[in-house]
Amino acid sequence: MSAVSGTNFDEMLDADGSVRPAYAEFRDWFDGQDKAWLQRQDAEAERFFRRIGITFNVYGDDAAEERLIPFDMIPRIITAREWRKLTRGIEQRVRALNAFLQDLYHRQEIIRSGRLPIEALRNNEAFLTQMIGFTPPGGVYTHIVGIDLVRTGPDDFMVLEDNARTPSGVSYMLENRETMMAMFPELFTRIPVRPVSDYPRRLARSLRACAPPAFRGDKGSRPVVAVLTPGIFNSAYFEHAFLADQMGAELVEGNDLRVVDGRVCMRTTTGYKAIDVIYRRVDDDFLDPLSFNPASQLGIAGIFDVYRAGGITIANAPGTGIADDKAIYSYMPEIVEFYTGEKPILQNVPTWRCSEADSLGYVLDNLADLVVKEVHGSGGYGMLIGPTSSKKEIAEFEAKLRAKPANYIAQPTLSLSTVPIFQKEGLAPRHVDLRPFVLVSPDGIDITPGGLTRVALKKGSLVVNSSQGGGTKDSWVLDE
Amino acid sequence: MLLTVKHTTRYTFAGEVTHGLQRLRLKPKSTHGQEVVDWRMELDGALPEAAYDDQHFNHVDLVSIRPGAPEVVVTCEGTVRTVDNNGITGPHTGLMPLWCFLRPTPLTRPGSRVRQMLASIEADRSDVLGFLHVLSTRIGEMVEYVAGATDAHTTAEQALAAGKGVCQDHAHIMIAAGRLLDVPMRYVGGYLRMDGQTEQEAGHGWAEAHVAGLGWIGFDVSNAICPDERYIRVATGCDYAEAAPITGIAMGAGETRLDVHLSVGEDGVQAQQQQSASGGQQQVQGG
Amino acid sequence: MLGRAANGVFWMSRYLERAENTARLIDVGFHLALTRGSRQSQDEEWKSVLTTTGLLDDYCAKHADFAGHQVFNYLLRDRDNPGSVLSMVENARTNARVVRTSLTNAVWETTNEGWMHLRDLLARPVRETNLGEVLTQIRRTGTLVRGAIEGTMLRNEVFNFSRIGTFIERADNTARILDVKYYVLLPSAAWVGSSLDNVQWDTLLRSVAGNRAYSWLNAGSMDPRGIARFLILDGQFPRSLIFSYEKIRSNMAGLAKQYGHEVPAHELLRDAGARLHQLTIEEIFEGGLHEFLQDFIGKTIEIGNAIAADYRFNA
Repeated sequence: MSAVSGTNFDEMLDADGSVRPAYAEFRDWFDGQDKAWLQRQDAEAERFFRRIGITFNVYGDDAAEERLIPFDMIPRIITAREWRKLTRGIEQRVRALNAFLQDLYHRQEIIRSGRLPIEALRNNEAFLTQMIGFTPPGGVYTHIVGIDLVRTGPDDFMVLEDNARTPSGVSYMLENRETMMAMFPELFTRIPVRPVSDYPRRLARSLRACAPPAFRGDKGSRPVVAVLTPGIFNSAYFEHAFLADQMGAELVEGNDLRVVDGRVCMRTTTGYKAIDVIYRRVDDDFLDPLSFNPASQLGIAGIFDVYRAGGITIANAPGTGIADDKAIYSYMPEIVEFYTGEKPILQNVPTWRCSEADSLGYVLDNLADLVVKEVHGSGGYGMLIGPTSSKKEIAEFEAKLRAKPANYIAQPTLSLSTVPIFQKEGLAPRHVDLRPFVLVSPDGIDITPGGLTRVALKKGSLVVNSSQGGGTKDSWVLDE
Repeated sequence: MLLTVKHTTRYTFAGEVTHGLQRLRLKPKSTHGQEVVDWRMELDGALPEAAYDDQHFNHVDLVSIRPGAPEVVVTCEGTVRTVDNNGITGPHTGLMPLWCFLRPTPLTRPGSRVRQMLASIEADRSDVLGFLHVLSTRIGEMVEYVAGATDAHTTAEQALAAGKGVCQDHAHIMIAAGRLLDVPMRYVGGYLRMDGQTEQEAGHGWAEAHVAGLGWIGFDVSNAICPDERYIRVATGCDYAEAAPITGIAMGAGETRLDVHLSVGEDGVQAQQQQSASGGQQQVQGG
Repeated sequence: MLGRAANGVFWMSRYLERAENTARLIDVGFHLALTRGSRQSQDEEWKSVLTTTGLLDDYCAKHADFAGHQVFNYLLRDRDNPGSVLSMVENARTNARVVRTSLTNAVWETTNEGWMHLRDLLARPVRETNLGEVLTQIRRTGTLVRGAIEGTMLRNEVFNFSRIGTFIERADNTARILDVKYYVLLPSAAWVGSSLDNVQWDTLLRSVAGNRAYSWLNAGSMDPRGIARFLILDGQFPRSLIFSYEKIRSNMAGLAKQYGHEVPAHELLRDAGARLHQLTIEEIFEGGLHEFLQDFIGKTIEIGNAIAADYRFNA
């Protein structure tokens, strides 16, 4: 990645410094603005975010209990042509992920065929045997998926990570757009940007399409959807509340719910009321103290039994984490081909599985050039970025890697694309990724145009995670 | 053999239960040579909530404790026809892949003691079946059957260290050791008609090993035999926790007393005798 | 709506109301202390403020004397004091976060902004020179949030629970303020109006923001019976006991209408309300003002608890 600058793909400027077509109109507008006014708008955006309370809690950081994810006002722009190709690739991948899960929890043809070794599952806690033999309502495992993409060239998008458990960040996608439209309305009259604001409606529709067998729909009633949050201290609480609000769904916590008359019901002021579809933002392990972690205070005792008996739909299904496990990731090209019969449209980042002796040897020899990640880690924690690490850091990591090689995978440091951010001194290129949000229902796969662009605000940095000082941008997909 | 079962489990709560659930795996199925002729379950102080088959194809009932009920009584009664297959249950069926029965579980994770015991056995390991028989005998010698010596949370390693335990500890040690040999192992919960007596101390548990060419084979370490027509299989799992007859939670229950009456008789002739066990946790300790 | 959400809305409103009342008590205590010469009588004033808020024992466990700035900082910003304005505004805001989906953006934003502002103001010890600014901001927060609720919320169960919380708290607070100072209204040796009594009566009215309204209604003349009647039985004064109960009643009626049935709390409220309507100020004095107030405070707590139970605030 771009410890070597000058080699990355700049999404706004081409090699000779001229503006690429995608950004032409925007740049034209930008150059015509008063820079002092833009700076005032920039400050205004932050006040706006604080007032409406878009904050997140950083784990292990007591002092900054509620922090703001920095927002950068220069949009990330994707052309209609680029988006068409991405859409095809994402759809293919998501279809494969869902088929993969269906197979893993049933006949495991992919293992029988020898395309995936048993070892990928055997010691993997994300594989929930409790799901075996059960098909979720509508056959949907991953109702909401986030696919993390990185770009290395004009036509080179690669999948960095699949998020099949509970991808977060969609509220930032929506609020970033709101903010941009509030600050610079004229931009949206000049440039045809595809809207994202109907995402909550589409999410609600998509969830309702997966009603459980126990839902009867008497008198034309609609399935009752609720969002399950661990509570206000969760880092993504704002998003849980935001989505519930936008969908017109109840925001519930574990202690609001209990099993009554064979259904999972929420305690209302007038009694217990059945929920048909629960969009849970609580991890598998905490979902049901009777089935999983008995110490969990965040879940609902018996929800898993009700689920298997057809009384509720859980989105995403328990056990989907196996599909976004980093150890499984390296097999994604085979998985896509196995279930779709097609070559993958979106490429994986080349990945070395340190569990394999040859790969481990290579990784150990080249640590200074590689990115090494924990197989089960997330959020940018517990990883090594070789090119930006000191000799000491590399040596320490090497010891950890040697001790438990199967816990790690390694990838080359990619030359991530850059998009400019707004600074007092002017525009400055910074590395970005993109997380499009995908909804899956029996009616099909629905991809919201754009997604969340995360940007590493520190010069040269490749870590875009919000927990590690990354920011976000509005992401535009241009209309045809 | 035609076996009649009457199994009553009674929980008595000291406090007032505001909310409680119990997950029951108490219904045998007509599979693997046993035929359930008739079977009834009655609930007193509890209401049925959900029923389904789990990943091991066990029948599961989720019931809720009626708020304020001073006690919950679950009574199962039925008749099951069994045959003697020399301990062989037969080929693996269902969707649980065999390799899942090689994964250690919290109750069966092998430690140094299980490994040492295994290493101390001098027998031909290429004869898997023969070795398992030797293993079963060795476990029986090393871990004395002492009712009440352990509880539902005792691990294989702990029981081996203590040198005493009950049927479920024997089974867990057998499972832990078998998996180290790369033999798929599972726990079976059920009933045993002890010779000459109808009244039984409690439900029974044993281990099954999957041996290529034969399929699942039962090992009852506690009785040093392979299960025959006196055994009724009710539920299976990777360990006791997945096959437990009753697990649950009860908010506000306070001290909970557990009484189990179990009779397994032949051909309808049966007597009853009360056996009491007491436990704070709502888990049935097998024999 | 969820029982937990009703609980959140109810307590958000209660905390905001209590924070505002605490600010007013500090204001009055401060002015009084300024006008009192002796250190001892100043201490007495601060003590009675602490008594009214129910925090005297906790305060004494922590501090040896009643120095003004020490008392008002304890009441305003002591994080160990759950009854400090900072704690309560934080609680109100936490409850607002919990029930965010039940609130309009305007209500959430005014609550959140009020909290942000106060958190900054209360980040450092408050001095006598900026006490006024702080107290104004506290009152303003309460006013703005109530205004946002009034102006933007649907008249549904959420609104009802919020208003019930506000008026249960207000009834309780007014009764407590009266109860701590009830003796200044009793016919006694001091019955012959001394200037001290006038100050005390004025203080009492100021504590519930009723001094101007009272003067306006009574053309400037003050008498203890009139003040008691005003604070207890005047249906026009928005901090009187009877006014607060009337608001609780109408909002409880709103709930019964939406849900199609009443709950036991309605019955309790009806009994207590009827009693309030039947009584004259003479009868109250006859039966004992203190006894009346104690009984009233107890009933109000009982009604609050019944509402929480009947509408399933907690699991």
